[in-house]
Amino acid sequence: MASNTNEDSLIQEAAPAATGHSDKKSVAMPIGVPGYTLHDEQREVPATEPPVWPINKDLKYVGKSHERWDGYAKATGRARYTADVQLPGMLYAKLVNASVPHAKVVSVDTSAAESHPGVRGVHVIQHVMGNAVLRNESLEQVKYPVVRYAGQPIAAVAATTPYAAEEAAALVKVQYEAIPFVVDLDKARASDAPQVFPGAADQEGTAGGGGGPHNVPQTGNVHGPAIKKVGDVTQGFKDADVVVEGRYITQVQTHSALETHGVVADWKPEMLTVWASTQGTASVREEMAEYFKIPLSQVRVITEYMGGGFGAKFGAGNFGVAAAALSKKTGAPVRLMLTREEEHLSVGNRPSSDQMLRIGAKKDGTITAIHLVSYGSAGCGTGAGCSGPAANLYKYATFHAEENDVFTNGGPGTAMRAPGHPQGAFALEQSMDELAVKLNLDPLDLRDRTDEHPVRKVERQIVRDSDLWKSRKAQAGADNGPVKRGVGFAQSVWYRFVSMESAAEVRVHKDGSVEVLSAVQDIGSGIRTVMAQILAEQFGIPPEMITVKVGDTNYPIGPNSGGSVTTLSLTPAVRDAAWQASQKFLAEIAPGFGVNAEDLELIDGEVRSKSGKMQPVSFKRAAAKMKTDQIAVQSKRTPDYDHSKYLTYGGIDVAEVEVDTEIGRIHVKRVLSVHDCGRPMNPTQVMSQINGGVLQGISYTLFEHRLLDPEYGLMVNPNLEQYKITGSRETPDIDVRLVEAYIGQSSTDASGIGEAAGIVSIGAAIGNAVYNAIGVRVRQTPMTPAVVLAALHQPAPGRELA
Amino acid sequence: MNSFALANCTTIDAALSQLKDGAVVKAGGIDLLARMKNGTAQPSKLVNIRNISALRGVHETDNGLTIGALTTLAEIEEHPLIRSHYQILSDACGHAATPHIRNMATLGGNLLQPVQCWYYRSAEFQCLRKGKEFCFAFGGLNQYHAIMDYGTCPSVAPSSAAVALLGLNASIELASAKNSKRTVPLKDFYVQPDANPTKFSVIEPNELLTAVTIPKPAAGTRSAYQKYGEKESFDWAIADAGVVLEMDGNTCRRAVITMGAASPVVRRSAEAEAVLAGKPITEETARAAGKAAMANVQPLTMNAYKVELFPVAIYRTVLLAAGQRDRDPSAAG
Repeated sequence: MASNTNEDSLIQEAAPAATGHSDKKSVAMPIGVPGYTLHDEQREVPATEPPVWPINKDLKYVGKSHERWDGYAKATGRARYTADVQLPGMLYAKLVNASVPHAKVVSVDTSAAESHPGVRGVHVIQHVMGNAVLRNESLEQVKYPVVRYAGQPIAAVAATTPYAAEEAAALVKVQYEAIPFVVDLDKARASDAPQVFPGAADQEGTAGGGGGPHNVPQTGNVHGPAIKKVGDVTQGFKDADVVVEGRYITQVQTHSALETHGVVADWKPEMLTVWASTQGTASVREEMAEYFKIPLSQVRVITEYMGGGFGAKFGAGNFGVAAAALSKKTGAPVRLMLTREEEHLSVGNRPSSDQMLRIGAKKDGTITAIHLVSYGSAGCGTGAGCSGPAANLYKYATFHAEENDVFTNGGPGTAMRAPGHPQGAFALEQSMDELAVKLNLDPLDLRDRTDEHPVRKVERQIVRDSDLWKSRKAQAGADNGPVKRGVGFAQSVWYRFVSMESAAEVRVHKDGSVEVLSAVQDIGSGIRTVMAQILAEQFGIPPEMITVKVGDTNYPIGPNSGGSVTTLSLTPAVRDAAWQASQKFLAEIAPGFGVNAEDLELIDGEVRSKSGKMQPVSFKRAAAKMKTDQIAVQSKRTPDYDHSKYLTYGGIDVAEVEVDTEIGRIHVKRVLSVHDCGRPMNPTQVMSQINGGVLQGISYTLFEHRLLDPEYGLMVNPNLEQYKITGSRETPDIDVRLVEAYIGQSSTDASGIGEAAGIVSIGAAIGNAVYNAIGVRVRQTPMTPAVVLAALHQPAPGRELA
Repeated sequence: MNSFALANCTTIDAALSQLKDGAVVKAGGIDLLARMKNGTAQPSKLVNIRNISALRGVHETDNGLTIGALTTLAEIEEHPLIRSHYQILSDACGHAATPHIRNMATLGGNLLQPVQCWYYRSAEFQCLRKGKEFCFAFGGLNQYHAIMDYGTCPSVAPSSAAVALLGLNASIELASAKNSKRTVPLKDFYVQPDANPTKFSVIEPNELLTAVTIPKPAAGTRSAYQKYGEKESFDWAIADAGVVLEMDGNTCRRAVITMGAASPVVRRSAEAEAVLAGKPITEETARAAGKAAMANVQPLTMNAYKVELFPVAIYRTVLLAAGQRDRDPSAAG
């Protein structure tokens, strides 16, 4: 099947290690879904791999809902986030941001700011990161970076207090030479529209993905199309018995993490130390080293705790570079945390979309053709493509997608939780629902005929058997009265990406303490806890006894947490290190007890002899017999066992809504979320991610909207008051059914859930539930009362594919 | 936020003596601090009145009620007397903002918020209300703006408490130094943008809002307030309705219908009130009243949908006040 550009650029899986056959062993691994499709398959795996784990019910710590390792610290405020870092002599920095949407910067006068009594340094930004870059940079001869959106950082001021920094930042005088601008997608497509760039421009993705295709044509502001083709779609439509077609429009969403972006940078001659709120300690380290031309070994990045990223927190960032530059200049540590307004403006967003989607099918549901033409704006960036779901969810005879990025004078988009997929699924899954109506098929049955994924088939059965689905009336708009109830579902897809930059070290100390270290950052999904569970399983001691150290590049390298890679990439390295350390441990202590290491096992906090040659001893007492003070083993990720398989995950979200047709308000009452992610390492933590994805998806579907004034190019709602996010009363009952789906790919067989969880499919599920309630399709987000009432009055007309 | 001096006062006189040279009163600080943080308010001095105990509390008088300006929205919502006789006020205060804010926000502060408009509330837009020439809302993003009686500024009234108090025929008590006091009926308290765009109410910079008085309701009075937003939790009204019905059995002797999110100043709908006066309250009369309230609408480019919402808000709230319908699950808060 065709894959999606967004994912191609995300993480390249390393080639399988070139090991000889003699280094392999054949093992039987559990594959499939317990209770449905579970069976054994043989896998050739490296001989050094630990024994195959059975399914979760036969494990003691892994696969159990162990409480968060750091839950107490977070709940009591003891957890130290970046903004909590306080260093002696630390300065506070504030950015100076562009007040206009498009301009050449003629001059930046910092003299007044520099003479402010509290100020210790001013930095003028010479190179802006995040925006698309001209293919031919000589088209612009400028002293300072061209302002492409209001809020683009221009300079930064460091002062002894945050207040002094704010006052001084207001004293920096920026002289602009205005350039015509455009913030509206439709207007930007016009041939006479103001040009965001004077020539073709491309945006790099980050370590978390995003960015758009390169090597595509650009006409005016339209960067594209990027074309994906399978077969002859014209023929496909000729072969169709029915065709559905619709125009779908989605808005720009900002990441709006609880914690804003920010760093504390401490530049010392021998080492730059950066405390960062980041999804990738490695990515921050690399960009800092590259920008300042210093060796990686002289950059240390620390992320003890972080309050959410959703794809926007990779790399050094303009603010991070500014803070480091100010620290270098002033000789003092510098803290720079963004404000909520800056968070909305300058550190990324989910691009908008305007999609025309047409699907042709045979009477039996066989899809003969899918044709998608999409336009979307990632502001002055790219990455608005959204063909992933259409390309990867169903079996089709022909496929044709044309994806276009439209430059506008808005902040650059960046990867956001399942890039392109909520947009794409919103159109695809509503179209499939429409197709089912047209074919007079149950929408679950239609999917059974076109979706070959073995796990989603099980998931559909779970949906079919659920009380929620059984309560659905097949006839749309069947309820009397102004408030109508409806139920709908949609499917999601995400892909298996493995970051080979995943390593861990396990140390066993002579006092019986055990620790595990990795530079990986815990972005809230709970990798700390999972690491403790793995060691607990391997050493037979409770997770509470394991010390977990993460979020520091002084430890072995960890994956950047984007694209749902963290758990599936890192846990095999952790297990391998733990397994090898446990074997070394047994080998060291066995002679002291007069037994062979092979006769020993680690269970329930004890070392026991399988043959009964020795009495059980506690792990701690056994450790005292170690020959050295410390056993340390470092492991790196082993490649996936079976590369012949193209692996995707997904799930199904079912929404129950009530639509008040007199005021156009949609209330989501219940959600049933059925998802798979390989072996769930900690089911409660997985469910938490799914809950979060569902809520973020509801928020996107019904409320959130970044609004730029068309005449002035400024955001009118850069706060969390008029930028509306799901609150407690909008939170439905969410019933998560986690499906264990073993795939036999690594020593833990874990997969990821961050992207597939809810966010991809809940929008279309709500759309389909709304259709079921009122018999009218709402093809635009956010589905506000204004949008719903408009749809009720005049169902959206289709538009020619153009 | 700019630097400012802070004067903590524990008596009304002390506070009044500080009210000069651009000093601004801070009560709960909810709206003021938000405007100071985004730079739209830059007072040189704040007079903190939060600790003036004399300004706090609900008192029953011979003529009705006196509510101290520092009484919080949460205290008003929960007050048994207000719940039993002035339901509309309990509803309005109990559905503003969030529980956290209602625990901090005071009645006086709520009534004195400047209008709701994202252009006015952004430091980037120098608009009519800030003494400049231009309104950005007419040609800009105006989906949440006014649909009637807006003149030169289509902002909307921010205070839901005012929607209730207008319905209850309340008055505002103002004090200033030199021992002078005056009482202004709420209906005359707010200033229309056309009269003076930079003034939102008749309060003078040297005056302190000390209390709100509410006359005793007539016999047979029933009342209710409901607010509709895009969200149920923490959202501004896109439509709202205050309803006070003086009933004789099922016949409505007199009705007062008020709205906040329709115009820059809270307003009554004489048209809607006329429909109900002397009639029984039924779904039919209630809907007719809602429809009549939209007699003089002039929606802007993006807010015609609000013209559909107000009649629904009004008919459902009339029926709620009359005891013929439960509180609307679609209403906010």
